[in-house]
Amino acid sequence: MSTNYDDRDSGFGLEREYERAGMGGRGPRRMQRRKICRFCIDKVDLIDFKDVKLLQSYVPERGKILPRRISGVCAAHQRMLAEAIKRARNIALLPYAAD
Amino acid sequence: MADKRSYEVVFIVDPGAADDEVMKLSENFQKIITDQGGRIVKTEMMGRRQLAYEINHKREGSYILLEVEGSGAEIAELERRMRVNDRVLRYMTIRVDDARQRADKLKDRRARKAARRPASGKQKAANAETEFEGRAA
Repeated sequence: MSTNYDDRDSGFGLEREYERAGMGGRGPRRMQRRKICRFCIDKVDLIDFKDVKLLQSYVPERGKILPRRISGVCAAHQRMLAEAIKRARNIALLPYAAD
Repeated sequence: MADKRSYEVVFIVDPGAADDEVMKLSENFQKIITDQGGRIVKTEMMGRRQLAYEINHKREGSYILLEVEGSGAEIAELERRMRVNDRVLRYMTIRVDDARQRADKLKDRRARKAARRPASGKQKAANAETEFEGRAA
């Protein structure tokens, strides 16, 4: 399975790091900077399903939820995020699947 | 916890409906709530927007948000009405009081944590952060 997450338009500039991780299949792996949870920094306690702009940055082109191994979101916030995205899908603010 | 619950109800009205029709529909629904003993905390017209996918062959719709406080009985009635109303493309009710409570608890815990550990190195950084936030706000 090779899912391409490069084509999403998110504002948190992880693309470069992600690409670097995929570079050079063999040889020593480049050390990556540990990604930190944006929601923890901003001290977010509640993720609103109506905040489409925010949610969209965690939903790549295809419409799937961005895994936290890529976005660096912590487990607790990823749970909230997933819940909010699913709610937003229910009322057509976000797609279930985009072509 | 007693029978005071908070809900957010979002529904989508057919794009064929004019603004005043949408308004009237929303008022009708609000009346249903109050008749059943619920309380409207907030209403918000989120306006007409593109749907992320087709619903009943429609590509857009008017979004309306109601925030309701009550026992839950009025939500049942409201949903029954919305289900039979063919102007309503989609509705969704979400209970918000428990999530808000959890958020408050988290905020509390953070405040206590900050108070318990005065001015260690880490804490200084956190303080700087909150100061920054204060300035931004």
